[in-house]
Amino acid sequence: MSGATLMAAPGPARRAKVAAIPGFGLTFGITLAWLGTIVVIPLAALALRPWELGLFGLIDSLSDARVLASLRLSFGAALLAALVDLPLGLALAWAVVRMNWPGRRLLDALVDMPFALPTAVAGIALTALFAPNGWVGAPLAQLFGWSVAFTPAGVAVALMFVGLPFIVRTVEPVMRDLAKDAEEAAATLGATRSQTLRRVVLPALAPALLTGFGLAFARAVGEYGSVIFIAGNMPMVSEIAPLLIVIRLEQFDFAGAAAVGLAMLSLSFGILLLLNLAQRRLRRSRR
Amino acid sequence: MSQFRPATADPAWLRLSVAGVALLTALVLLVLPLAAVFTEALRRGLPAAWAAIAEPDTLAAIRLTLLVAVLTVPVNLVGGLAAAWCITKFDFPGKRVLVTLIELPFSVSPVISGLTFVLIFGAHGWLGEWLQARDIQVIFALPGLVLATIFVTFPFVARTVMPLMQEQGREEEEAAATLGAGGLSTFLRVTLPNVKWALLAGVLLCNARAMGEFGAVSVVSGHVRGETNTMPLHVEILYNEYQFSGAFAVAALLALLGLVTLGAKVVLERLAGRQAGGAA
Amino acid sequence: MTVEVQGIVRRFGGMAALDGVSLEVAAGEFVALLGPSGSGKTTLLRVLAGLEGSDAGRVRIAGRDMTGVPARERRIGVVFQHYALFRHMTVFDNIAFGLSVRPRRERPTRAETARRVRELLELVQIPDLENRYPHQISGGQRQRVALARALAIEPRLLLLDEPFGALDALVRRDVRRWVRDLHDRLGLATILVTHDQEEAMEMADRIAVMERGRIVQCDTPTALLRDPATAFVAGFVGGATRLTCNVRSGVAHFDPLPLPPVRVSLPDGEAQAFLRPSDILARRGASGAATVRLVREDAHGRPALVVAAGDTLLDATGEFLGRGDACRLTLRSGVVFGAGGARAELAPLQAAVAG
Repeated sequence: MSGATLMAAPGPARRAKVAAIPGFGLTFGITLAWLGTIVVIPLAALALRPWELGLFGLIDSLSDARVLASLRLSFGAALLAALVDLPLGLALAWAVVRMNWPGRRLLDALVDMPFALPTAVAGIALTALFAPNGWVGAPLAQLFGWSVAFTPAGVAVALMFVGLPFIVRTVEPVMRDLAKDAEEAAATLGATRSQTLRRVVLPALAPALLTGFGLAFARAVGEYGSVIFIAGNMPMVSEIAPLLIVIRLEQFDFAGAAAVGLAMLSLSFGILLLLNLAQRRLRRSRR
Repeated sequence: MSQFRPATADPAWLRLSVAGVALLTALVLLVLPLAAVFTEALRRGLPAAWAAIAEPDTLAAIRLTLLVAVLTVPVNLVGGLAAAWCITKFDFPGKRVLVTLIELPFSVSPVISGLTFVLIFGAHGWLGEWLQARDIQVIFALPGLVLATIFVTFPFVARTVMPLMQEQGREEEEAAATLGAGGLSTFLRVTLPNVKWALLAGVLLCNARAMGEFGAVSVVSGHVRGETNTMPLHVEILYNEYQFSGAFAVAALLALLGLVTLGAKVVLERLAGRQAGGAA
Repeated sequence: MTVEVQGIVRRFGGMAALDGVSLEVAAGEFVALLGPSGSGKTTLLRVLAGLEGSDAGRVRIAGRDMTGVPARERRIGVVFQHYALFRHMTVFDNIAFGLSVRPRRERPTRAETARRVRELLELVQIPDLENRYPHQISGGQRQRVALARALAIEPRLLLLDEPFGALDALVRRDVRRWVRDLHDRLGLATILVTHDQEEAMEMADRIAVMERGRIVQCDTPTALLRDPATAFVAGFVGGATRLTCNVRSGVAHFDPLPLPPVRVSLPDGEAQAFLRPSDILARRGASGAATVRLVREDAHGRPALVVAAGDTLLDATGEFLGRGDACRLTLRSGVVFGAGGARAELAPLQAAVAG
């Protein structure tokens, strides 16, 4: 409405703003209705509901030791997983983009596996794999005495699984676009190959790596399906925050559940905001 | 002279270790989990796996999963297309906010998205009493499952179509307008053919996630066997009851869905690439 | 310092990108490699820089055989076609790169590096841009940065790979003159790759014309214009029109074009004549022979004509003619190449006509 009045307003400074393509009103309306019902109102409920407890009630509800432990685990494991995924994803992207070998296309398709596999399936598969008698779990237990499944390490492994494709898929296009002539220029200027990699190639990939890290982290923090099977879900040890939400809901503690949810969202948006700022500093030098 | 090494060639040890890390990662995190699902599912032979799938509760779960997907995908298809159209073809204030909001469900935990609907429609939710008075069941029933699934799969269509429509610009639509085409025929005859493969890929991804969603539906489902149990939830129930072969059989079915989606995505991406290449 | 290229062969698959190229460049000399795309000029440049290997032949720089010497040890300055600046580094860091990657013993101190970089910025006339990033400066400025970066390693040989292609016409003229002047001041040997003959003519002491992996002629610009060695060179350099003619007992006939026959000392058979505008003179004449289609002024204010002769349009010179006038054409000079590649100057047959 106000848009229409603005456009109709006469005056010398008015820019002739004519949309040649029809359909703005209709599609904008549909978009708003769709967004409003499905995203905005529900998230508003999440933002408002915890305050029923009052400020002190909210603080109480969140400073419960079990809540703090679960938040620590969810965020710690997600950060760790995204961090470990960085070199692994970089190597995978390199193998897909820069290496010439027959299995390249298959590997490229495989990278999307964690996107395509339903989380519950991934959860029980990883559990079977890393259980003390599993294909990977057994040798780890025998050789190093490590147990992965049903420990916080299992949580980190599941989160590595869900985060990996984000890093590969953000780094890959940048790596593909990386002009070879910059590397050749470095060589003619006297740089050794390792100097070129360190000072020319990696810095060019850094913003994409950071973006991928953020995406992998954001996905991992909230992950539920692939984690709960392998985690063991011991309170205070291997219980993730989303599981605690489910538990509080089952106890009909709606406000308490919403409080944990709100805390998770605020924390992860805070971290993403920091990453975004770092990103901006990096990007300043690009494009 | 034949042993000339290009200036951009990496030393052998580096290439070998990168390849080694990449292959090991792919093996442990990507190949083995998939192999584990099918091995466990077929541990007692194909007939046993088939019997597990043919159980009435499993069949009901499959039916419900399909129903949820059928109800979810069209909503996100229409919404996603509308959003992509108004965002890429017009300039208006607040556009970036809109884009951020569309992407938002990807960075919200599925459990939290389920939770938000419980907060609104649940027995103690904002609309709880009102709904109860009219005997309308949302949470622990089909509407809740569909709502939560829509939320979780919200961005897929918009996100796959938007970059392409952005790249293609507005010229073709403007040309259509100067030739006298209306909105609908412009969309159907100019825009849609340009983005059809990407759109199909988005729909497939949306569908795969809708069928495979676990966290969000787990919160709103109530886990009533044969009634509000989708396939992924059924996997959990069977697994927790130590019916491993049954759990893995259903999981294998879901994994197949994932593999088919993955394959289709590869094919569609190639088609889309060829289309873009042909246009350029 | 001299550069000697001897019999370089470079094959890609079955194709020979370089097919036995030999070239010598003296210290302080500016040589252009001129040729159409695919003629091998960029490949030759890359072989010199050590970015490309060769299947046969040898490159010697200041007497030293460069075979097996990697690019980073050659100390050859290269300005890449699209400059290849490091996007994530400031102008300063781009220029300092070559100094900062030296082995620790040879690396200048931080202060010394900064001093050298500022000197170079001064030299390429962009002293205020050191803290900018490549995407924040103009194309011409980027080119200067690329040049300064290449000069920072104190090269004895500078290679320029079509460095002016990305600049708009107005800037290009200035930059060419300025680069040539820089070359003279620094006393480098420079090799420029270009497909623009005007650019090569304006900048280079000598031009090596390349065709299909070979250097077909290497000479000064005036010599190239005056004495093109092959039909290819004549066609590529100097803006001549190519016309097919028939030689019969020492006389070339252009039928059905309304051009008078001319004398050439070539064996009988088909031949190619290369005629510049100044070679063709138009005079007012009987109608039907040729018609003036367009009258312009060339850069020196003389009339330049486009004349329709049958179906062919020719650039010609001539006074006192207007659009649509009928005219008669005579040939004053020109080069003709016979079937075997033999070359001859054409001479008017005026005596015969008068007789």
